[in-house]
Amino acid sequence: MTFNQLLAWLPPGHRKPLLQRLLIVWAVALPIAAATWMSSQSAGLQRSFEESLVYSYAISTFTWLFIDVSRFVFKRLLRSKDPTYWPPALQASLMLMVGIPLGYVLGLLVGDAYAAESTWDLWHFNPNRLAVLAFTATAISAAYVAYFYQRGKVEALIQQVTQSQLMLLQSQLEPHMLFNTLANLRALIGQDTTRAQAMLDHLIDYLRSTLQTSRLPLQQPLHPLEDEFFRLNDYLSLMAIRMGPRLTFHLELPPALNNAAVPTFILQPLVENAICHGLEPMVAGGQIQVQAMTKGTQLILTVCDNGCGISELALAESTRPLKIATDDPTASWGLSHVRQRLHTLYGKRARLAISLEAQGGTCVVLTLPFEKLPFETNI
Amino acid sequence: MSTPASALIAEDEPLLAHTLQVELQTLWPTLRVLATAGDGLSAVQLALQHRPDVLFFDIRMPGQDGLEAAAELTEVWPDETPFPLLVFVTAYDQYAIDAFEAQAMDYVLKPIRPERLSQTVNRLQNALQQRQQNFNMNTELDPVINQLRSLLSAPMGAARPLEPLHLLQASVGNQLRMVPVEEVIHFEAADKYVSVFTQDGRQVLLRTPLKELMQRLDERVFWQVHRGSVVRATAIESVSRDEQGRLTLHLKNHSEKIRVSKIYANRFKAM
Repeated sequence: MTFNQLLAWLPPGHRKPLLQRLLIVWAVALPIAAATWMSSQSAGLQRSFEESLVYSYAISTFTWLFIDVSRFVFKRLLRSKDPTYWPPALQASLMLMVGIPLGYVLGLLVGDAYAAESTWDLWHFNPNRLAVLAFTATAISAAYVAYFYQRGKVEALIQQVTQSQLMLLQSQLEPHMLFNTLANLRALIGQDTTRAQAMLDHLIDYLRSTLQTSRLPLQQPLHPLEDEFFRLNDYLSLMAIRMGPRLTFHLELPPALNNAAVPTFILQPLVENAICHGLEPMVAGGQIQVQAMTKGTQLILTVCDNGCGISELALAESTRPLKIATDDPTASWGLSHVRQRLHTLYGKRARLAISLEAQGGTCVVLTLPFEKLPFETNI
Repeated sequence: MSTPASALIAEDEPLLAHTLQVELQTLWPTLRVLATAGDGLSAVQLALQHRPDVLFFDIRMPGQDGLEAAAELTEVWPDETPFPLLVFVTAYDQYAIDAFEAQAMDYVLKPIRPERLSQTVNRLQNALQQRQQNFNMNTELDPVINQLRSLLSAPMGAARPLEPLHLLQASVGNQLRMVPVEEVIHFEAADKYVSVFTQDGRQVLLRTPLKELMQRLDERVFWQVHRGSVVRATAIESVSRDEQGRLTLHLKNHSEKIRVSKIYANRFKAM
């Protein structure tokens, strides 16, 4: 296997951080060498500082190689699709249990070869020192891994959140939707100025809210249900002009629920699904109904259509964890996305249920805790 | 020109269909727009009924999309009438545009610009004039079929291929039936369902459009042979040709005969 082949196993974005971590390892190895040298002096051993350096650098480099580099090999061997390159906790601790002793033993062998002595002899005349050395090496490696493991996880999470936000934005500002809307607008301008202006107003509001929400999603995960319905109304009004008699819609929001707190754009992907996968394939079109109600302490939001019914493929995949591997937001992507957001914000207190209507069509029901927003938010 | 040219418009958004018609009337006053279809199924019916010279087909339409409708027309078009000139209409869709460019297929982008549409009109007028001058010129379908085949197989949606599917889950009453994809020999589309036939002679209904399913099947293993038929290539026992030149497939351990459409007949080169 050539060096290039090995290098190909390291994804380009991971090469620099990997070397950075090696430099950190080497920087830490220097004081460790000094400390072991001083302790060997006080123990009355004949060891030069050079020899201590070789021990320290050999052990730390091997350990880095076995833990930090080998996870890329493991990922490759396990064919893991996890984008993080950090194995789950169990595999990670297993890797530590093998990687650290292996790195330690190989490093000692190199050091022993250089110093022309045998550390294993310590076993006979100074077992305590051997134990301390082994313990120190393990502790330092474990601390190193724990730190970068945590950091890697956080980075991967942030990346995942950003990417799923980007996907949401992409689905809302999908070029096909935008250009078809603009084509309709262009047609209306010549025929019916009043309707053209109304359509443009809906488009402006839709664009404004989409862009604003996409900029403030982390700081402002919730907004009033009323705003969510305004957005749906803009989107559906645009679609109704485009689809003509093929689309009718009803939005039902009791005034008492105007200020209920809901995650931003939580219904939007469901309504988009209802249009794209439920009604658009139907020659006759159909209708969409969005309702909000309360049941005890729960807020219940339903999106129903009388279209062609969610496909069994999308239904089977909607329960799987969110994948960011596709460019094309499918029905199951939208559902997974909503499910994941509910889970992040509410844990087990929120649910998403999909049911097929007997006469055709799909109903998606969201159940979440009914909480009112404490103050009027201005969006 | 002896007879004024005629056209059919297939576009599901009423405002856009109307605008295209108005724009065409301005740029090409003699053109008769015979009918406007709102979906891919009636587009085929109306085209057969009116037999226009030019078809303006939107790509995304309910029922079946514009490419599928055009492919179906090549199948059922009567021999005595020259096949209409095709113009596809699409909103921004980079994959589709690349595919059209590669196939030298005429297309216009939505929103339609009069300048761009007039180029298309000129091209169409020239092509029709040539057709009339030598009406014995071969009006063979093959070039159109080749273009359509490439367009239909071009990746129009996802940039990256989706993960292949290994297991189908079909609900039968209150039960969920699990069908490993490796046991499937034939998929047959029926409305919004797909009939799945397995090696051991079982048949299961899956409520998933064939198109959606196709994206998740390995196209080297499963061949599309007709708009509604996808077969496992290794399950094909024989191919036969009738007097009209139509191909029919026979699968191993499967009594049903499967029609091969002209678009996909090139799979069986030796025929």
